[in-house]
Amino acid sequence: MDIQLTEEQELLRSSIQRFLREQYDFDERRKIVATDEGWSRKHWSAFAELGLCAAPFQESSGGLGGGSLATMIVMQEFGRNLVVEPYLETVVLAGGLIEDAGSPEQREAFLPKIMDGSAIWTLAWAEGRSRFDFDNVTTTARRQGDNFVLSGTKAAVIGAPWADKLIVSARTSGGPRDRAGVSLFVVDRHSANLHLQSFKTVDGRRAAELTLMDVQVPASQLLGTEGEGVAALEACRDRAIAALCAEAVGAMSVLNSATLEYSKARKQFGVALGTFQVLQHRMVDMFIALEESISLTQHLNLSLAAREPNGSKLASGAKSKVGYAARFVAEQAVQLHGGMGMSDELNVGHYFKRINSINIQFGDPAYHLMRYAQQS
Amino acid sequence: MELNLSSEEAAFRDEVRAFIAENYPAEMRVPNPETDLSKEQMLLWHRILHQKGWIAPLWPKEHGGPGWSITQRFIFEQETSRSGTLPPLAFSVTMVGPVIYTFGNNAQKQKFLPRILSGEDWWCQGYSEPGSGSDLASVRTKAVRDGDHYVVNGHKTWTTLAQHADWIFCLVRTDPSAKPQAGISFLLIDMKSPGVTVRPIITIDGSHEVNDVFLEDVRVPVENLIGEENKGWTYAKFLLGNERTSMAGIGRSTRYLERLKRIVRTEVGEDDPTFGEFIKEIARVELDVLALEATELRIVAQMSRGIDPGPAASLFKIRGTEIFQRITDLTHQAIGNYGLAIREHPVSANRFMPGPEYGHTATEKYLNSRKLSIYGGSNEIQRNIIAKAVLGL
Repeated sequence: MDIQLTEEQELLRSSIQRFLREQYDFDERRKIVATDEGWSRKHWSAFAELGLCAAPFQESSGGLGGGSLATMIVMQEFGRNLVVEPYLETVVLAGGLIEDAGSPEQREAFLPKIMDGSAIWTLAWAEGRSRFDFDNVTTTARRQGDNFVLSGTKAAVIGAPWADKLIVSARTSGGPRDRAGVSLFVVDRHSANLHLQSFKTVDGRRAAELTLMDVQVPASQLLGTEGEGVAALEACRDRAIAALCAEAVGAMSVLNSATLEYSKARKQFGVALGTFQVLQHRMVDMFIALEESISLTQHLNLSLAAREPNGSKLASGAKSKVGYAARFVAEQAVQLHGGMGMSDELNVGHYFKRINSINIQFGDPAYHLMRYAQQS
Repeated sequence: MELNLSSEEAAFRDEVRAFIAENYPAEMRVPNPETDLSKEQMLLWHRILHQKGWIAPLWPKEHGGPGWSITQRFIFEQETSRSGTLPPLAFSVTMVGPVIYTFGNNAQKQKFLPRILSGEDWWCQGYSEPGSGSDLASVRTKAVRDGDHYVVNGHKTWTTLAQHADWIFCLVRTDPSAKPQAGISFLLIDMKSPGVTVRPIITIDGSHEVNDVFLEDVRVPVENLIGEENKGWTYAKFLLGNERTSMAGIGRSTRYLERLKRIVRTEVGEDDPTFGEFIKEIARVELDVLALEATELRIVAQMSRGIDPGPAASLFKIRGTEIFQRITDLTHQAIGNYGLAIREHPVSANRFMPGPEYGHTATEKYLNSRKLSIYGGSNEIQRNIIAKAVLGL
């Protein structure tokens, strides 16, 4: 089971690689992260021109029909280059939810702007006390005439400070931990009574805490079936995990080659570091961790593309296994680079931090290990 | 775990405890004392301890130490770390001080020791170089004799808190033709000397703790040489031994473990699928701490019978750092989605930081603690030391 890329997929990959090589090296990325917005609209437009924003969507939605394999190809390269632009948030999370759960009118209204790069979206599902559970929702949405009125807080929403639209989960019925009764709403980021407190994330992104104080949302902005948001979010998470695993694989591969190169070049005690057996074995384990992660990530993406019934269980399994593997690789890459691995100047620490965030997003390896174990 | 204390020792412990409670400056109780305090604030507790005569527990009485027994020293270390006080400058008191009173001449003792005790001089350590990390004996910074001076040229790195330092103690090469260990000298350099430049190194947690120190034709009076020329390696090893014994960090780990338990109870909760996993992992670390603490007590008992723990000190460095890394890792996991956030440096109360306050330093602590298995001789090197010197392999 090794994915043989089609000619089209090869083309997609090589065009991203070329663009990133020429216009997204580590110095350029550092400049982008240091700007006020923390991402580059110029680069985002270029991604859209390359067709990346349309790549995974079905042809019937106006997309290029690449599906989850296209996402995997994009995210792996983004992982290799630590791309900070909101591709996961806009295309994978919001775009995927709209295509999957939206009405034909919503798909028509929202997807074209996502695909042409003119709209930025994100998903606000977490709350201060929700940890990684989608049903742990206290934000409420009550019906009032033609509107829903949303009240509550949403936590650690990556990309919110500069998003045009947010998909917000809120409770339309049931108690705090009921699976039923959670609904999804498309909310304009500039809505009255929606307040953001922004902060920087450890991996150089921008995020916000959201406070909704009776935010009026037209009933037409309900996304998917009322009360069935958790199932839609779970499917969304499976796609997100497939994308995040691919991104982690990209990051791990850079860390492994950097560490290998360093261990050959760096001399201590008159010999290259790589001649020490204890470090050789460490790097062999890093190699194995990467190989297993590549395999599992491909397996997951193929299963999701084929809509296999155990896809969600497999997604949790991959999030856990790849998460632990990536973490091992990241920690050892820092360790083997010694003091340099601790410095902000070298790229290694930045890959370490991105892998850290990947492990938190949509549930950490321990959470998904338990979910995997509990899925029949 | 407690030592079996005599009634005098128990009284001493109570005295230390009461002194900390009454005198530890409130303004030093900040979220992350290692990064959030100014130089002046860092020195507050140092000066209080100095006034009390407790600043240098390890030092002999004649040089300004309190004249404590090994058990008393241990009690003091335990009480101060358990209560979370910021330890006084290690580079001054624990490291260079003992080198000066053990190997320095009378003039050096008189000049430097009182100023180390009072906190008037802030010392930093000029050991590592870009090409000399674990292999310290390969230092290339050169010191060439020119009349009454050495002329020093080189580049020291990872120099902790050099931005505050008045003095730097340096390993320099005085005999380039000798075997690596044989041509090194131990030199004290005034940071205000012309030719000394400090450049900040920002680490992955965003903080500024370490620096590059560039030495360009720095003229250092010959009287600042410690001991004999080309014997610096002996003094350096003596100093590193002192550095490693202090790395078990039981008090700090115990404190962070208690905090982790509180955070897990509030943030994770029994109905979370990973609660059981946290409980199990916390128990595991708690047993690691217990075993290390028991080992420390056993070594303390041996030391008070006059047995030198020798290279077994590497054991404390290895396990102490691994344990603390695991605790910061679990704490970071415990705060869930808020582990995505990190405080910006320099720290300011005006910047918004999401989530409950007890989680605000979790990310930076996790990142920062990665250094522990690297510095002071990486844990790989420590294992080599035990393999060679203890196991005879």
